[in-house]
Amino acid sequence: MSSSERTIEILKEQFEDEILQVEALYDFLTISLKPEKIVTIIQYLYDHPETKFQYLTTLAGIHYPDQNQIAVMYQLHNLLSNERIRLKVFLPEENPRVQTLTTVFAGANWLERETYDFFGVIFEGHPDLRRVLNVEEMIIFPLRKEYPLEDQTREDKKDSMFGR
Amino acid sequence: MNLNESPIDQILPEEKQYSTLNLGPTHPATHGIFQNVLKMDGEIIISAEPTIGYIHRAFEKLAERRPYNQITPITDRLNYCSAPINNIGWHMTVEKLLGVEIPKRVQYLRVIIMELARITDHLICNAVIGVDTGALTGFVYMFQQRELVYEIYEEICGARLTTNIGRIGGFERDFSPKAWDKIHKFLTEFPVILKEFENLLERNRIFMDRTIKVGGITAERALNYSFSGPNLRAAGVDYDVRVAKPYSSYEDFDFIIPVGTNGDVYDRFMVRQEEMWQSLSIIKQAIKKLPDGPYHADVPEFYLPPKEEVYNNMEALIYQFKIVMGETDVPKGEVYHCVEGGNGELGFYLISDGGRTPFRLHFRRPCFIYYQAYPEMIKGSMLSDAILTMSSMNVIAGELDA
Repeated sequence: MSSSERTIEILKEQFEDEILQVEALYDFLTISLKPEKIVTIIQYLYDHPETKFQYLTTLAGIHYPDQNQIAVMYQLHNLLSNERIRLKVFLPEENPRVQTLTTVFAGANWLERETYDFFGVIFEGHPDLRRVLNVEEMIIFPLRKEYPLEDQTREDKKDSMFGR
Repeated sequence: MNLNESPIDQILPEEKQYSTLNLGPTHPATHGIFQNVLKMDGEIIISAEPTIGYIHRAFEKLAERRPYNQITPITDRLNYCSAPINNIGWHMTVEKLLGVEIPKRVQYLRVIIMELARITDHLICNAVIGVDTGALTGFVYMFQQRELVYEIYEEICGARLTTNIGRIGGFERDFSPKAWDKIHKFLTEFPVILKEFENLLERNRIFMDRTIKVGGITAERALNYSFSGPNLRAAGVDYDVRVAKPYSSYEDFDFIIPVGTNGDVYDRFMVRQEEMWQSLSIIKQAIKKLPDGPYHADVPEFYLPPKEEVYNNMEALIYQFKIVMGETDVPKGEVYHCVEGGNGELGFYLISDGGRTPFRLHFRRPCFIYYQAYPEMIKGSMLSDAILTMSSMNVIAGELDA
């Protein structure tokens, strides 16, 4: 049995109902989960002697405007067995809320602030949920797809001059 | 009254007057645009509050509007001290998405470039640690060597700092004889200077007193903070992407991963120093084993055809037009690819929805992740040690702020 199959089995033992989808994207085990217990699951994978996902590689948001959803992607790494896993939770666009991961990984702090900054995901229980890269006064969440790259209110740039 | 007993010591902690010091955003000692609001008790730092984002350029948003080959110049501006690693890392991500097989020669040439870039990255960091401890001489000598590497880049791609080196699938041209001459010149001249620099600082009493047990972090905290690269290795964890998940034929080369024990400034300095020696050895091995063959993979949709072809061959003309206008569609997919950048695991998380531009591109920027441990690392230390800790962590503003 490969290690990724074993990981799925360990997850299924405890959290059968939480798993929505399991897939291997370019050899990267990706598991979509229900958002409610995500931190418990990550803590479980952190502590379990066979998985030991004790390194948070990255955390990022993804906006899916067609489904009116915002996904939060967690990438964990077991440095001992050199195994990686990607977990995804899908949150509603209007009120994206998920528990904070800072209780497990200190390094999740700024990554969550960045996700809040760009997607407006509220991480419940985060010690200091402020914008990290953009100015505090900003009222939009710029990486959401409804905001175009350029400021549409600008009048000094005529599209016809740029062949658009 | 006892003269040895200073009156300040008799004041109770809650009655103490703390001062606030605004270090930055543009302070010459921080080598970049970082702001730290320090709460100080005399010269001791009680707490620090970093503010970042001063040079945020919205790369992740920009990337959603750009064709794949036009994203390479964006990656230049992440860690601009080792731009070729970022470029090649991005090319490899796209190649992974496309499922392209890369010729052995390209992989070896990439290894040579990436290791040269690692040397320049570490060289700047270590030279600056020297400056911050008061040794300007080494800095000047090392920058002369960096110039030699930049001349190599110039010979290969025409640019120096923001290189935009290579293409998706390989290199735009093979290395010229002049480029090889310059590489060999660097390989003979650099070890002498590096050894001299090492002798200057490695066992220097003043340098050791300034750096040992300064700005340290334990392996547990470093892992919890998701450190990577030399900073993690200095804390004693031998995690290196080049070994953990070899890319671009790194498995063919023989090298060791140096690790430290205390994770302090001195260990970080020594780890980077040893990595430069290892990089030199890898470059030599790559040159020795360099196979013959094409210098780019067979990906006509992304690799510009030669000009004669464009004028005489209809297909080549179509590809030329499509690449220049950025109209090539990419298969659907979701990939994560990471390389060992100058500062650690540099990851590209790419989602393609089948269009000409990425649906979402997220950079895992090692700087951004480990800089959040900075307040914890400088707590209780002196102001001058805080400066030293920052430069030894090699925090690059471009990578931090994306």
